[in-house]
Amino acid sequence: MAGTPEEHADKKNIGIKINHLDLTVPEGITILEAAHKAGVKIPTLCHLDLHDIKMVNKTASCRVCMVELVDSKNNRNKIVPACVTKVSEGMEILTSSLRAITTRRMSVELLLSNHPNECFTCPKNRECELQALAAELGIREIRWEGERMDYPKDLSSGAIVKDSNKCIYCRRCETMCNEVQTCGILSGIGRGFDAHVGPAFNIPMVESSCTYCGQCVQVCPTAALTEVNHTDKVWEALNDPDKHVIVQTAPAIRVTIGEMFNMEPGTIVTGKLVTALKRMGFNTVFDTDFGADLTIMEEAAELIYRLNNNKTLPMLTSCCPAWVKFIEHQFPELLDIPSTCKSPHIMFGTIIKTYYAEKNGIDPDNIVIVSVMPCIAKKAETKRPELTKDEHNNVDIVVTTRELGLMIKEAGLDFESLPDSEYDKPLGETTGASVIFGTTGGVIEAAIRTAYEWITGGELKKVEFEQLRGAAGLRKATVQVGDKTLRIGIASGLGNARTLLEEIRDGKAEYEAIEIMACPGGCIAGGGQPYHHGNFEIVKKRQEAIYQEDRNKKIRKSHENSEILKLYKEYIGEPFNDTAHRLLHTHYEERERI
Amino acid sequence: MKINSLDKLKKIRNEYQKNVCLRVNSTDSENSDIRIEILIGMATCGISAGAKDTFNAFQEELAKQGVNDAKVVSVGCIGYCHSEPTVQVNIRGREPVLYGNVKKEEVQEIVQKHIKGGNPIEALTLAINFERA
Amino acid sequence: MVEISNNKKLLRIALRNCGLLNPEDIFEYIALGGYESLGKAITQMTQDQVIDEIKKSGLRGRGGGGFPTGLKWELTKKQKSQEKFIICNADEGDPGAFMDRSILEGDPHSVLEAMAIGGYAIGARKGLIYIRAEYPLAIARLSTALQQAGENGLLGENIFGTDFSFDIYLKYGAGAFVCGEETALINSCEGKRGEPNYKPPYPVEEGYWGYPTCVNNVETFANIAPIITKGAQWFASLGTEKCKGTKVFALVGKIKNVGVIEVPMGTTLREIIYDIGGGIPGGRKFKAVQTGGPSGGVIGEANLDTPMDYDSLISIGSMMGSGGMIIMDETDNMVKIAKFYLEFTMDESCGRCTPCRIGTKRLYEILNKITSRKGTMADLDALKQLAYMVKDGSLCGLGQTAPNPVISTMKYFWDEYLAFIKDVDHPRGEGRYTAKNKIGIRS
Repeated sequence: MAGTPEEHADKKNIGIKINHLDLTVPEGITILEAAHKAGVKIPTLCHLDLHDIKMVNKTASCRVCMVELVDSKNNRNKIVPACVTKVSEGMEILTSSLRAITTRRMSVELLLSNHPNECFTCPKNRECELQALAAELGIREIRWEGERMDYPKDLSSGAIVKDSNKCIYCRRCETMCNEVQTCGILSGIGRGFDAHVGPAFNIPMVESSCTYCGQCVQVCPTAALTEVNHTDKVWEALNDPDKHVIVQTAPAIRVTIGEMFNMEPGTIVTGKLVTALKRMGFNTVFDTDFGADLTIMEEAAELIYRLNNNKTLPMLTSCCPAWVKFIEHQFPELLDIPSTCKSPHIMFGTIIKTYYAEKNGIDPDNIVIVSVMPCIAKKAETKRPELTKDEHNNVDIVVTTRELGLMIKEAGLDFESLPDSEYDKPLGETTGASVIFGTTGGVIEAAIRTAYEWITGGELKKVEFEQLRGAAGLRKATVQVGDKTLRIGIASGLGNARTLLEEIRDGKAEYEAIEIMACPGGCIAGGGQPYHHGNFEIVKKRQEAIYQEDRNKKIRKSHENSEILKLYKEYIGEPFNDTAHRLLHTHYEERERI
Repeated sequence: MKINSLDKLKKIRNEYQKNVCLRVNSTDSENSDIRIEILIGMATCGISAGAKDTFNAFQEELAKQGVNDAKVVSVGCIGYCHSEPTVQVNIRGREPVLYGNVKKEEVQEIVQKHIKGGNPIEALTLAINFERA
Repeated sequence: MVEISNNKKLLRIALRNCGLLNPEDIFEYIALGGYESLGKAITQMTQDQVIDEIKKSGLRGRGGGGFPTGLKWELTKKQKSQEKFIICNADEGDPGAFMDRSILEGDPHSVLEAMAIGGYAIGARKGLIYIRAEYPLAIARLSTALQQAGENGLLGENIFGTDFSFDIYLKYGAGAFVCGEETALINSCEGKRGEPNYKPPYPVEEGYWGYPTCVNNVETFANIAPIITKGAQWFASLGTEKCKGTKVFALVGKIKNVGVIEVPMGTTLREIIYDIGGGIPGGRKFKAVQTGGPSGGVIGEANLDTPMDYDSLISIGSMMGSGGMIIMDETDNMVKIAKFYLEFTMDESCGRCTPCRIGTKRLYEILNKITSRKGTMADLDALKQLAYMVKDGSLCGLGQTAPNPVISTMKYFWDEYLAFIKDVDHPRGEGRYTAKNKIGIRS
């Protein structure tokens, strides 16, 4: 919270008083941080400190963390926000004086007076920070009645719901969208009582350059930004006797969905997840990891093709639909560098509706594919015309980890006590390479594991590439593959992606391969994941779990997946051939920047 | 022409002083090239009260009545919003006279009686209650 | 001739050239001594000497805050930075205030000259004038003045043959009162949303694009050149002990002589209203005067002998503000006046912080309820509590002062509030309802 110890090492200590208690604290920290050290919890709302991804929301706008500063010299005490006011020598702070409490409570009352009273039916019920704050402060009455905001909900994107009536104007989403993701979609619009957050000129989200990464949803304290809920469609499909409903779960779900049931972050619950899905009535339960292994076959082949034929380099991974939309809007001149591979769940969907359908004699029209994704952008991805243009959608419905969690609760399953089951076969075998798709650095590591053996013809003994791992948003590494040195860039978070892309565009750096994930930390911190409420330690635990799951696997290289090999033998032929292109590859288009 | 030294600025000041000396002190301004100066308050306030019409009326009326040695100058606001448009008449050797509420209808009389005839029109006169730093 | 009680004829410093010269002719300005202060400052004085002169003059910011101008310059000069900026705040937005427009339209060069002097003193090469787009004539005259000053070498490279180069650019505001607040103004100059930032850091530390930036108001700048030529002592001899020089006011409302005036600091309201303003028209009685625009408060008959200076006005619950002065007579209802001002601040709030965004709205709604004769004593209580909370809790000056009209009218015209209330049972004056801070817990 107060930065790293090193940051404060050279700072001198100063004496302050909090609630008459003498304290020695490092100079330069905020009152909020100092109070924390003193064991005093000052409530906050707009404040959000995600140090790990360099996001600190310091708008000081909600006026909840207000404390009283004693100024006995002038006999004029002041009320200041603890989150941005820095301590100074001799400062006397009262966190629970009548004046401080009144200001704080009235701020919350005012917010509530302009907030729909619909907690019962709100998608953020029991996840809402405003609701929690009202409970903590014991607000029993909203004394200020009057006009409330009345804006229509924006569901235009089919991915993100913007319900401005619930916006408390904390601007966390704006900080995330502008400073971390550098998309510049969300910002304050309107003024005075009408001020809320939205795209420029309040155009519908679908007309904006929003990538639907959903990081705004992750940081929104209320339900002003949520995902479009598609659970009803899943229930309908499950209850349609004519439909063969197939579910696939993304690599990152197995290490996060436990949190929906109050399990420790980082708990691996793959077996319970499969059991739950089977009990819910899905005809077949697949693992998107299979799609990820397939992606590696194609991506590694494409990389080798590009390397050997002097084609455009670097090659950028293309698994992340938010990142794909980002480059289409922001760097249309670079559209020849991403890999043409479809994303893993889309690839898998295509294979299910072709190969699998044929093999099992199921009419693809009767197949409904549900992808459980850590991601909101995947909802919009499935609607892309090039992925729906054949007779069949590649994937029909996408639900997020959160939505699946709610469905499991709705199904009345006691998740934690469920026994383990295995994913269905065929197409059920997966590798450690595909599991690590869920974290930043994972896709490129998986691709290198395969590319290494294909290029050198020898066996890769140590499959773990430590140089590709880590939490930093922007990492550079080299990997020696035979006589080739591959320069690899890894970015998670679109702001970091922008930095990399600018380097490439301006010819300032050269790489052979680049992995980009839109969400800081990768899919484990995706927009559709259980809310971390600003605690990034949770994300780190999820990452550890992903690598643990990799180590648990017997096979850890995609090209050793026997069912993948069988698929190529029976249906596709060679990776990156014409059939592969028709089924597993896609194209990108230039989009306007608004 | 660049004014690249303080001396040059002072030289220019001296050169142009005769253009404004009626305004600084009209009773002691023998050097002035101009005998009569009519300052019209042409800030937003004056203009909205009709100062542009007044300005044009002065130019027309001076020409019509054959006054060739008077200069009409657009100036800023003197602050007398209550009496816009305001017009100040400076005649060499005389105290300046400030008029208020000078609509274009008043112009003919001012030119005739004051500028030509030398008799200020008392009814329209305003007192100047300040000095300038 | 109007004379005020200390037997001094009124002296115009900031308005010295207004109505005297053709604002579109730089040579008229030069003929009246224009640009000599700049010449003197940059050829004969060091940066510190200029700052010292302004400090000794006692000039304080005329935009309303009253911060010592010399000190602000000194603080900016002290910052170590490759680049610094000086900004002229010409976003005059108080209802009934038009002092700055008067100066910009009547004497634009006085502002340009002073900005160059300030730029020299603090070490800035660039100046910006943030002017509201609703002042087209002022913009036109400033543009002309900028062009003429540039053509004559009085702005641009190597002014007066020295190493000092200085340019000024115009930035237009799009009609937001809050952009008069300096951090909001800087955000707007940068093309960002016009909303204030939390201070510190102050603009003198981190301002325009993060560089040290000194923001002064039009009238403040209009005082600079005379101080340099006539000296700090001359300026300091005018006004009161703590407030030197003069102040320009726009006198409007129920007053005979509506207009722009400039009076020495310390002149009383009575002198301004009766001696200069000519009193109340129509034989009606004076009731109150609002100073400081929507951020100020009303001042009633009892305080008419208060000398006009920053500190005295604050002590009676109002503020100097930029100089708008709205006079009200016995026919004006003070609750409605408070509502009018609140409606203004409510509309002009940027919405960033909760108390200002929602609080001013709720204050307005309560006032509306009261003036519709639907209010209760409980509403008065709520109004007061909320007013103090908005004052305490708001992020910038706009919100912190927005309740002033309410608080001051409740203080001085409590009976007018009671007159609207339907359940008055204890009309014993507002003293009974003094709970500023009250926790609204109901079981």
